Amino acid sequence: MIGLDAVYVLMGLMLAGVAYVNLMDRTDAKRYNKTAFWGLWAVTFLFSSHLPDFVNGCLIIAMVLVSSIGGLGRGGPEAATREERAASARRWGNKLFIPALLIPAVTLLGTTFFKDWRVHGVAVVDPSQVTVISLGLATVVALAVGMALLRAPAMAPVVEARRLMDSVGWAAVLPQMLAALGALFALAGVGNVVSTLVNRWIPLDTAFVVVVTYAVGMALFTIVMGNAFAAFPVMTAGIGLPLIVTRFGGDPAIMASIGMLSGYCGTLMTPMAANFNIVPAALLELPDENAVIKVQIPTGIILLAVNILLMYYLVFRY
Amino acid sequence: MLTLLGVLVVVIGFALRLNALLVVTVAGIVTGLAGGLSLHAVIAEFGKAFTMNRYVAIVWMVLPVIGLLERSGLKERARDMIARIHVATTGRVLMAYLALRQITAALGLTSLGGHPQMVRPLLAPMAEGAAETRYGELPEKTRHLIRANAAAVDNIGVFFGEDIFIAIGSILLIKGFLAQSGINVAPTTLAKWAVPTALSAFVVHSIRLVLFDRKLKRELGGGAARGATVRLSDSPTGLSGGEAE
Repeated sequence: MIGLDAVYVLMGLMLAGVAYVNLMDRTDAKRYNKTAFWGLWAVTFLFSSHLPDFVNGCLIIAMVLVSSIGGLGRGGPEAATREERAASARRWGNKLFIPALLIPAVTLLGTTFFKDWRVHGVAVVDPSQVTVISLGLATVVALAVGMALLRAPAMAPVVEARRLMDSVGWAAVLPQMLAALGALFALAGVGNVVSTLVNRWIPLDTAFVVVVTYAVGMALFTIVMGNAFAAFPVMTAGIGLPLIVTRFGGDPAIMASIGMLSGYCGTLMTPMAANFNIVPAALLELPDENAVIKVQIPTGIILLAVNILLMYYLVFRY
Repeated sequence: MLTLLGVLVVVIGFALRLNALLVVTVAGIVTGLAGGLSLHAVIAEFGKAFTMNRYVAIVWMVLPVIGLLERSGLKERARDMIARIHVATTGRVLMAYLALRQITAALGLTSLGGHPQMVRPLLAPMAEGAAETRYGELPEKTRHLIRANAAAVDNIGVFFGEDIFIAIGSILLIKGFLAQSGINVAPTTLAKWAVPTALSAFVVHSIRLVLFDRKLKRELGGGAARGATVRLSDSPTGLSGGEAE
């Protein structure tokens, strides 16, 4: 069965390539730090499944120290000048879109067909990981087509991956790190403490106050945790079910559905949701790492207010 | 109460703009220690959770091909293409993408978007290109604001579209959680009640994009008037009034 480990090997090789190109670049003052950082990350993809948890933890701490104390410097240089790229764009025209659009197309096809692909009753692709595996496959297909189409030098994809990876920098690891933090929060019972605090300090005796507390609580808790999925069980068990449903007779489906979407309003406003908010700022080379959040805050706040009103008017009516 | 120390570390660390990777690691260690684990156990738990969540990073595998295409002029091509569509403005390009992203996500096709594979190589250059066609070379600040807006529509589109699809993670989470509490709801019912918020999200954000277009016009547009309108560019958000037209 093809599982995530196959994709992890590819990812590990790509990162090893990024580390190698950095190591060979004598013009880069921070090249040893970058090599160590991307190299260690490569090791976690290639070998972590077989290493003890404690060793994996040490690898991560080493990565964090290299990037925070050593520093990773600036991104790599552009391989082609603006004029070269403009000329190339005219030469290839719309063919350039083909590999780019193959990524979503193949991911989609893979997600649709791999789910039920069985040989002698055994799943060929791990059914629980179909999307990630399809995405991995899609990048390989798109790269193969791109290379065949553009006849680029063999090292070009690695060199370009290094340029982009360096420009994103340590933010690339942040989503994975936050997921790990979420696991530690859960282990330590952070959620229970928060819901106890809310219950103790907010007077929850009218339906409207309860709805506001639930929706705003979902958003705030999501802002802290970076993930509405972490907030939902805590807020719903602590406030939603006992108060909105049991005491005031609200509809659980409406409450849960709009409650989750209130959490998403929080996701728009927090650096903790790094993959949605911090990573794109790095990826788009914005000097302010909070630039995306600043754009999203007005929409987040207005939609949270809309959600509160929608929930208040709908949840007790159906 | 000690368990909240980690949250405090995160809040203070992010507020002081310290290296986020370091902040998160320290917060994790503090939380684990406050929760009664030994240092050795905390590091092991971190290692375990980090390893289990490796799939989060798989999206970076698109970089070799995206980089290759960028080197060959993909962004320039995306920009040129939009330049030929005369009705295209930055706001309208982003609005069209928002609609497309919400609709495809509502059909369960959340993998059709994303920042590395769609926003950086295609959407952001298109949004910038639309503004360049109208106003010529853009100031760096405007260019960054347009890019941030491109990243935002991808998020807003997927967040407020995906819950209309019945087999998405969040709907399954809600269903599973309510079932544990003895309440059975159909995924279709949950999905149905995500529709009003989805429509509101489109309306609210589209209005903001129309205002964003006006802001661009006010700050950059009208050739000779440029000198006179510079002062208006200090408004901190894209929301300030829309009297210019």
